Amino acid sequence: MLRIRKAPMGVGAIFILLFPWVAERLPAIEHYPDLMVFAGIYCLMTIGMSLLMGYAGQISLGHAAFYGIGAYASGILTTQYNLNPWLCILIGSAAATAVAVVVGAPSLRLRGHYLAMATLAFGIIINIVFREEAEWTGGPDGMGGIPGLDIFGYSFDSIHKYYYLVWIVVAIAFFFTIRLIQSPTGRALRAIHASEAAASAMGIDISRSKIVVFAFSAILASVAGSLYAHYMNFINPSTFDTLFSIKLVIMIALGGMHTIWGAVVGSVLFAFLSFEWLHQFGEYEIVVYGLVLMMVTIYLPEGLVGLPGRIAQRVRR
Amino acid sequence: METISAASQLFQFIVTGLTVGAIYAMVAIGFNIIYNVTEIINLAQGEFVMLGGLIMVFMHVTVGLPMILAFVTAVLLVTLTGMLLDRLAIKPIRQPSVMTLIIATIAASIVIKGTAMLIWGKSPYDLPAFSGRTPIELGGVIIQPQYLWVIGFLVVVTIGLTLFFNRTILGKAMAACADNPDAARLVGINVQYMVLLSFALSAAIGAIAGMTLTPIALMDYDRGAMLAIKGFGAAILGGLGSFSGAVLGGLLIGLIESLGAGFLLSGYKDAYALIVLLLVLFLRPSGIMGNFEVTKFKRF
Repeated sequence: MLRIRKAPMGVGAIFILLFPWVAERLPAIEHYPDLMVFAGIYCLMTIGMSLLMGYAGQISLGHAAFYGIGAYASGILTTQYNLNPWLCILIGSAAATAVAVVVGAPSLRLRGHYLAMATLAFGIIINIVFREEAEWTGGPDGMGGIPGLDIFGYSFDSIHKYYYLVWIVVAIAFFFTIRLIQSPTGRALRAIHASEAAASAMGIDISRSKIVVFAFSAILASVAGSLYAHYMNFINPSTFDTLFSIKLVIMIALGGMHTIWGAVVGSVLFAFLSFEWLHQFGEYEIVVYGLVLMMVTIYLPEGLVGLPGRIAQRVRR
Repeated sequence: METISAASQLFQFIVTGLTVGAIYAMVAIGFNIIYNVTEIINLAQGEFVMLGGLIMVFMHVTVGLPMILAFVTAVLLVTLTGMLLDRLAIKPIRQPSVMTLIIATIAASIVIKGTAMLIWGKSPYDLPAFSGRTPIELGGVIIQPQYLWVIGFLVVVTIGLTLFFNRTILGKAMAACADNPDAARLVGINVQYMVLLSFALSAAIGAIAGMTLTPIALMDYDRGAMLAIKGFGAAILGGLGSFSGAVLGGLLIGLIESLGAGFLLSGYKDAYALIVLLLVLFLRPSGIMGNFEVTKFKRF
């Protein structure tokens, strides 16, 4: 868990680099880079959440709120105040951090079911604010006209350009997360997961470590929200509802919550499932999600990432 | 004149708040029954309420069974669903932890909700009130007869459960599992069976809540999640595991919601109770009436 092997990262990087080039030449998967933009956005969120859930053992059923805070910060500040989009991303992250610290400090003292309830309630309250403060957010109808992103006159105006932008951000987040895992804070987190009492006895500041991770995951979610807003140019509250918080948990459970790779695999798989493979089920796709999640919790508690190890074990026996 | 109407308006909000609160209290009691035996928070609890309402509508309105017969069949079918939930989604999990069990019950609730959508579609259904819809007027306050049914059922359920857990062998055996599963197993109690029973009982109470609620507020496939969240909130507010706490928490959440929606911004109706809940959690993490034993986790 502590050592992150280099080989899969290299393979992943080459895959991400070449994917649009290959997709362009195969008409059947021509639209896949568009899906991969969403996969990358989900990835940003699940990386942070896997750190929170898998490493620190703290559940969050309200992370869609931070996603929404980033998206609405970008949406409102660019359309109503004409601020620079990059500045808005920073402001959104700062706001998410502030909210995470204010909500996280008292919440993270809670454990198990109480923490689940607190984060659930927090997510719902924030979503209601998005719906009700129509003067700012456009209410349930949402808000449009959010500009795209550009840097030094270079505009990320095509799907392929945005694809690279999103995945560069994912790569940065990935490396930051690995650094965090390997830092003293990361070791503290694993100690907390194993036993809070023992960790505390060894002099680990438990609440500080938990808040750092919570805030870090909130920042990633907020950046993801901003990227979503600038890509879609339109946002509405239902994107950031409790169901989406639960979908994030599905992604992490699907991929495996004990490694960051699980978050990456789960997000990419989920994006393809929801936009491509389960699309024909229409609104009934939710039943399939439920069944998949049920199967995974029963038969694959380590998620898909744990599958190769499990097969290897079977074969050796 | 002005003050009288304001007062009667206040009482009207209190009456509706207590009625909705009684429903939340029943959902919270359902949470507590399963929690006490297994320490699982069954987030599919709201789906039992939804199923209870919709199956009753199907039996009474579509099939044409008499009210009482429809009521009984609906309770039985939902109870069966609760037992299936335990056997298909919870029991097979080999390494239970708070997190995997929360995820498992969420998965189950998604499946139940989706199946309900397949069967009944998305439109809301109405059910005739149990004893007509002629409102009773009491000093300017209008009381629907159905309100009395809701509160009556809450009273019956609470008294029934208290008697069950204190007076019957089966109830005492369940309470013993809640207290110490290992010791219960040692004296020959079949803990697995008690877990199954807790799911059955809690599903039945959820169904009752749904059937009494439907004539007041209609019922559709999508109602379960919010009811579960409010009921969970009520259980937490009263302290997880405490039945008197669940009743108090439920009524309190109903009142806050009704008064908040009536006198403040109505769009924030769902937020008021949750804000109060968050504040309570932050100031007193074990709820109003709970003890502090919230971290240990039972395994079967």
